[in-house]
This record gives sequence, structure tokens and C-alpha cells, in this order.
Amino acid sequence: MSFLEVSNLQVSFPTEDGIVHAVDGVSFSVERGKVLAVVGESGSGKSVTSQAVMGLLNRKATKISGSVVLDGQDLLAMDEKDVRKLRGGKMAMIFQDPLSSLHPFYRISKQLVEAVRVHQNVSKSDARKQAVSMLDQVGIPAPERRIDDYPHQLSGGMRQRVMIAMALLNNPSLLIADEPTTALDVTVQAQIIELIQQIQQVSDAAIIFITHDLGVVAEVAHDVLVMYAGRVVEYAPVETLYGQPQMPYTLGLMASIPRLDRDPDVRLDPIPGNPPSLINLPSGCSFNPRCTFSDQVADGRCSVELPDLLSAGEGHLVRCHLPIEIRKALSAETLAALNGGVL
Amino acid sequence: MTTPLLQVEDLKMHFPVKSRGIFRRVVGQVRAVDGISLHIDSGETLGLVGESGCGKSTAGRSIMRLLSPTDGKVILDGVDITTLSRRQMVPHRRTAQMIFQDPYSALNPRHTVGSIIGAPFIVQKVKPVGGVRKEVQELMARVGLNPEHYNRYPNEFSGGQRQRIGIARALALKPKLIVCDEPVSALDVSIQAQVINLLQDLQQDFGLAYLFVAHDLSVVRQISHRISVMYLGHIMETASRDVLYSAPQHPYTHALMSAVPVPNPQLAGKRERIMLQGDLPSPINPPAGCVFNTRCFKVQDRCRVEVPELIEVAPGHQVACHFPITESLGTTLITGPNPGLTEQPDNAPDSPNAAATNAVFEAGAEPWAQRQS
Ligand SMILES: Nc1ncnc2c1ncn2[C@@H]1O[C@H](COP(=O)(O)OP(=O)(O)OP(=O)(O)O)[C@@H](O)[C@H]1O
Ligand SMILES: Nc1ncnc2c1ncn2[C@@H]1O[C@H](COP(=O)(O)OP(=O)(O)OP(=O)(O)O)[C@@H](O)[C@H]1O
Ligand code: SF4
Ligand code: SF4
Ligand SMILES: [Mg+2]
Ligand SMILES: [Mg+2]
Repeated sequence: MSFLEVSNLQVSFPTEDGIVHAVDGVSFSVERGKVLAVVGESGSGKSVTSQAVMGLLNRKATKISGSVVLDGQDLLAMDEKDVRKLRGGKMAMIFQDPLSSLHPFYRISKQLVEAVRVHQNVSKSDARKQAVSMLDQVGIPAPERRIDDYPHQLSGGMRQRVMIAMALLNNPSLLIADEPTTALDVTVQAQIIELIQQIQQVSDAAIIFITHDLGVVAEVAHDVLVMYAGRVVEYAPVETLYGQPQMPYTLGLMASIPRLDRDPDVRLDPIPGNPPSLINLPSGCSFNPRCTFSDQVADGRCSVELPDLLSAGEGHLVRCHLPIEIRKALSAETLAALNGGVL
Repeated sequence: MTTPLLQVEDLKMHFPVKSRGIFRRVVGQVRAVDGISLHIDSGETLGLVGESGCGKSTAGRSIMRLLSPTDGKVILDGVDITTLSRRQMVPHRRTAQMIFQDPYSALNPRHTVGSIIGAPFIVQKVKPVGGVRKEVQELMARVGLNPEHYNRYPNEFSGGQRQRIGIARALALKPKLIVCDEPVSALDVSIQAQVINLLQDLQQDFGLAYLFVAHDLSVVRQISHRISVMYLGHIMETASRDVLYSAPQHPYTHALMSAVPVPNPQLAGKRERIMLQGDLPSPINPPAGCVFNTRCFKVQDRCRVEVPELIEVAPGHQVACHFPITESLGTTLITGPNPGLTEQPDNAPDSPNAAATNAVFEAGAEPWAQRQS
């Protein structure tokens, strides 16, 4: 059993307009010392998946099923107050917006010291020492002085580092980062990515890194989970996902993104249409209204039958009705086309 | 020599900083744009890149005369528009239009799409042949909207469709120049590509010129013919696309390029990153000499006293630096298609990140690791 094992996770929200099936049958696992990247477009269910793992969803207003087993314990079967004890301790989260975990009215010192003392039985001065040392480790200059700043006195990149420091204070063994660099400039993003890589190397935490940026994924991830409309559509080791993506949606993403290693004179090849509504999902494969390959599947199966997530190679899962040989050929063709080549 | 469509000379836009209290005295200036010069020819795209707060939007808004520049010149299609009044500007709005980042806030939620796109005809008192409605529906079709949705409201459209509405409105009066301020930054990647392609097609069809303001260097490379790099209110470097991405000379451009993530795990560990020290200085109190000197890895004493002029180092290539980089910095640049891209993996996914992390460690300075050991 892996350190974190999520099986058949389902999350839906009843709303006025109908039931939102935000996460539908998501399974994955992460080992300690590894980084799993979760990618997908806005609304594909990335954040809701992580909120379900961290026990952040309101159990009364949400329908949740499946299991989230962390180090042998099923968090979904546990009492909410016991899950709360793990948050900030054994498992921690960093967000896109640092102000979602830093309170604007209190000095950073107060917030960090409290975060230590919730989970450890230490004196205030020992907690402060730990906090200063952690700020130093995440690259805050003059941490003894900066620790008494208020959040607004720091730049965006510094605030992000403080939030990361807060998440790391109690040495979590599961760290979830939800778009931690999306709001940052590229030079700051590079620094934060480097920091997260160092954390992964040294602390041996299992890390889930949520992003929509395939460039960032290539830098940080060991494994990648591609989500579309609440479901996993492709799951592979990073080298495989970029070397031989097989699900037409992943191929579409690869062909859509401008990237420094493609020929800029070759036109982008966008995925047509828009992502579907989660209240009224298309029947069959959710991607079928936008898929340019569905006509290669016999009997119009794509719009009738939901494909299973099946093995397509070592550690590689793909949800698509196309025969594997055709998927492999399409994959090679798509990647070659990025540089104007045809096979 | 033909005159460019847009000529900007030593443009400055400073905002007053006022004290608190009843007298609200002016106690300083935000030097958001502090002397930039650029030009755009008909039918070409100039990309304007730089990090948050460097003055890109302020430059775009000053050029569009949505702001009154503090100093310098903006010459649009041969006319000096720098000091024209709001009313005097009206006829020139037909030459240049603007589209914005946030398709949600840029559209009035209480107006129908038809009246939003048709508004410029009313303001400019232009009567298109066949009537406003017909013209607007043609524009809608041209940007990929369903003309039958003429009477719908903005909230009934997705983000990408709202951006198309903004583009249709900008196109209405057949401008020669469109200033695009982060037009695809808020969109998902698949939709982003649709809008980039649309902008490129419209440029072809109508001979449009774009000032394309963005922070994403991969997007800017895809759409621009030439690019200017801004930092703290100044242009650091201007060059043609291929030169800027393969042989930049300004240290800041090098740092930016080395930080761009590339969706290719085979390159991930092999690129060396230039990590900038410290934070962006405040534009209220910019450093003396070269504004980049507090963070530059090539800085020397001269940089702290003498402002480097933006000078031409080769035809069409301008650099503002006392010590431009003319040699290769090794592996920081991705100069073109990479063969690794199409190589198939041998299904041995064991710790593909090890190489990346080793490179970081070899580069030194990793406080996290030091403390733990
Ligand atoms: N509390 C809620 N009530 C109702 N619907 C919700 C709630 N939280 C999330 N959703 C819906 O669930 C879907 C998935 O949302 P989620 O936040 O997981 O997307 P995401 O993949 O993280 O997107 P983004 O990239 O925009 O952050 C969306 O359609 C969202 O509107
Ligand atoms: N109306 C204003 N009054 C005072 N300061 C302003 C005003 N508009 C912009 N500034 C300041 O000018 C500087 C440049 O801002 P600008 O919005 O042009 O940057 P930008 O490059 O577009 O950044 P971003 O990428 O975040 O959009 C910033 O320091 C900003 O705070
Ligand atoms: S199952 Fe059909 S519609 Fe879905 S991705 Fe595969 S080919 Fe396309
Ligand atoms: S002038 Fe000096 S400080 Fe400025 S970019 Fe050039 S080397 Fe760096
Ligand atoms: Mg999210
Ligand atoms: Mg801006």
C-alpha cells in the first residue's frame, strides 16, 4: 500500500441548478519523496480533489464517497475532529493566495508560533526559534527581523515563502500545493519551484502539486494525473506523459501550448469548443464533443459508452476507446507536428 | 524610409503619491513608465514583456491616451496625440483600439452583446452600409461567435467567448492598431490557443498591427515579430523574435529566459537557471544608475551611477546595458526545436527528477538542504 492511496473518490455538490459532479471516481497514489502533479483546465476538479484529501470539504453540504488512506488510516472514515488534528501537522497545504493561510492583521511571528504550538508541546520561545529557522530555510533574508513583519510588508514572493514555511513547520509527510506559483512572476516562480524540489529531496514528504501549467509539471513531477470534467483521463510517469501522451485531450493540450522548444512559425492547434458543464455532462466520453478523433471509433461508441481507465504501458493509464496502436500513432504525429514535421 | 504607424519617444507616466490627512500633499512620484521609446509598423506585432508592476499596462494606456503622459511623445499614424484633449482624441480612436485582460469586467453586464459590439458605431456616429445590426453580426461571425446570440448578455458566455466579444468591439471601426493588454492571460490553455490563432488570422486579413502586452514569454514568442523587454519603467532590450530568444544581450532578458518552464522533462535538469537576488525595487524610489543594478549578476561600479542608454548593438537590436552579454551563457537558452521532444521514452520512469535536483544542488546555495544535514 502506498503512503497516500485515494480510491474511487467521488464528490458532488447539490446546487440550485442541479448536482455538480465535481470529482467522479478519481484514484491515485503517492509515495513519500515523490511528487504527483495534477493538471487540467479550470473547473476540472483539481482543487476539490485536494480539499477532499485534506478533509476541507463540508461533509454536510457535500456528498463524498470512496476512500483516502494516508499512512494506513482512512481519512474519510475518521471523525472530522481527528482529521483536523492532522492538518498543519502530518499533512499541510499551500495555496495560490498566501493570504488564504496568513491572517493580514497579525504579525507573522504570532501566526507561526501558534502553528507550532498547536501541534507541539513547546515553549513560545522555542516555537519562535523553530519559526525563525524555518523562515531562514525557505530563503527569507534576515529572518529574525522579518518574522515580526505583517504579511502586507512582504513582497508576493516572500509571502509565498512564509506560507510554505508555515506549512512545513511541523514537518508534514503529505504536502499539497494548489497552484502555488500561478500568481507569481516567472523569476519568482523559478525560485519557489527550486524550493519545493529541495523540500521533496530533503524532507521525504509525499507532494501533490496542482497546476494547469504543463511547463511547471515537467520541472517538478514524477507522476502526472490529467483530469477532465472531474475524471482522470490519463495517468503516467512524467517522461511517458510528455514522450507518449495517448488520450486525445492530453494530445490537444500538448498541441495548444506555446512553448520555447517548438517552432513559433508553426500555428497552434487548439482544442475546439469549451469544457462541458459538470451538471450536464455529455454522455459517453465527456471529451467527445471536442474530440477530433472520435470518428475513428466504430459505432459511435464515444458518445454512448464511457471508456474505462485502462493500462497503456508500464504505469500508464488512459481513458479512451481508440485502439492503442492508433493512439500511439496519433501521439507521435502530434509531437512531430509541433516542429512542423509530419511522420 | 516610411514612417511607422506608432512612434513612441521617451514616454514618461508618473503618478503622484499623496500624503495622508486633509492636505494630501504630493510627497513623491510612482515612476511607472520612465522614458520608453518604441515603434510599431503597419501589420506587425510588437510584444511588450516584463514582470508584474514593470509598467506594461501603464505604457499601453498612455499610448492609447487613456492616461495623460507626464512627458515624451506618442505619434499615431503621423499625428502627435500626446496632448490631445478627450474630445480631440475621438477621431483618432478609430485608428487605435484596445482589448483587456479581464473579459469579465471589461464588458457591461447590463448591455446585450449586440449593443456592446455596436457601441463604437454610435460613439463615432458611423453608419455602416446595411445597418449596425448586420455589421455587428458579421463581426460576430468573423470572431467565431454565433450571430444569433446578438441579444444575449455577457454572463451567458464563457471566458474565451467574452474575449471574442472584446475583440469584435475593437475591430468594429477597422482600426490599424490594437493594443492588447494580457488578452489571453485569464484563459485556459486550450482557449488561449483559439484566441491567439484568431488574433493572427485577423492580422492577416486586415493588416492590423498589435502592441501585445503580456508576461508569458512563451505566448509572446508565438505571436510577436519583435519584442521589447521592460523592467521598472524602462525598456531593457528590443529585438526581433529570433534574436531575442536565441541571442539576447541584456542580463535581465537572460534571467527571464532561463526561468521559463518548458514542458519537456528531458530538458528539466539540463538547463541552468539564473536566480535573481532580492525583490523588485519600488518605482517610487528606483535605484540610481541602471534600475536593474540591485539584482544584476553582471553589475559593476559604473552601473550604480550611470544610466545605460538604449543603444543599437545590431540593426533592429537595442540593449540598455553597460556590459551586454555577447558570449553564450551555455545551457540557459532553448534556441529551437529540441530533438528530445519526439524521442520515445524507454518506459523507465525511475526518478526522472534526480537530474534536475542534482543540477540545483551542484549550483550551490541551497539553504534548505544545508540546514537539514
Ligand atoms: N462548494 C462548491 N459548491 C458547488 N460547486 C463547487 C464547489 N466547489 C467547487 N465546485 C465546482 O466543482 C468544479 C470543480 O472545481 P475545482 O475548484 O476543483 O476546479 P479546479 O480544477 O481546481 O479549477 P481551477 O483551475 O479553476 O482552480 C467546478 O465546476 C466548481 O464550480
Ligand atoms: N493610477 C495609478 N496610480 C498610482 N500608481 C499606479 C497607477 N497605475 C499603476 N501604478 C503603479 O505603476 C506601476 C506599474 O503598473 P502597471 O499596472 O503598468 O504594471 P504592469 O506591468 O501592467 O503589471 P501587471 O503585470 O501586474 O499587470 C506599479 O507600481 C503600479 O502600482
Ligand atoms: S473515447 Fe472517443 S471521444 Fe473520448 S477521447 Fe477517445 S476517441 Fe475521443
Ligand atoms: S548596466 Fe550593469 S547593472 Fe545594468 S544590466 Fe547592465 S551590467 Fe547589469
Ligand atoms: Mg483550483
Ligand atoms: Mg498590467
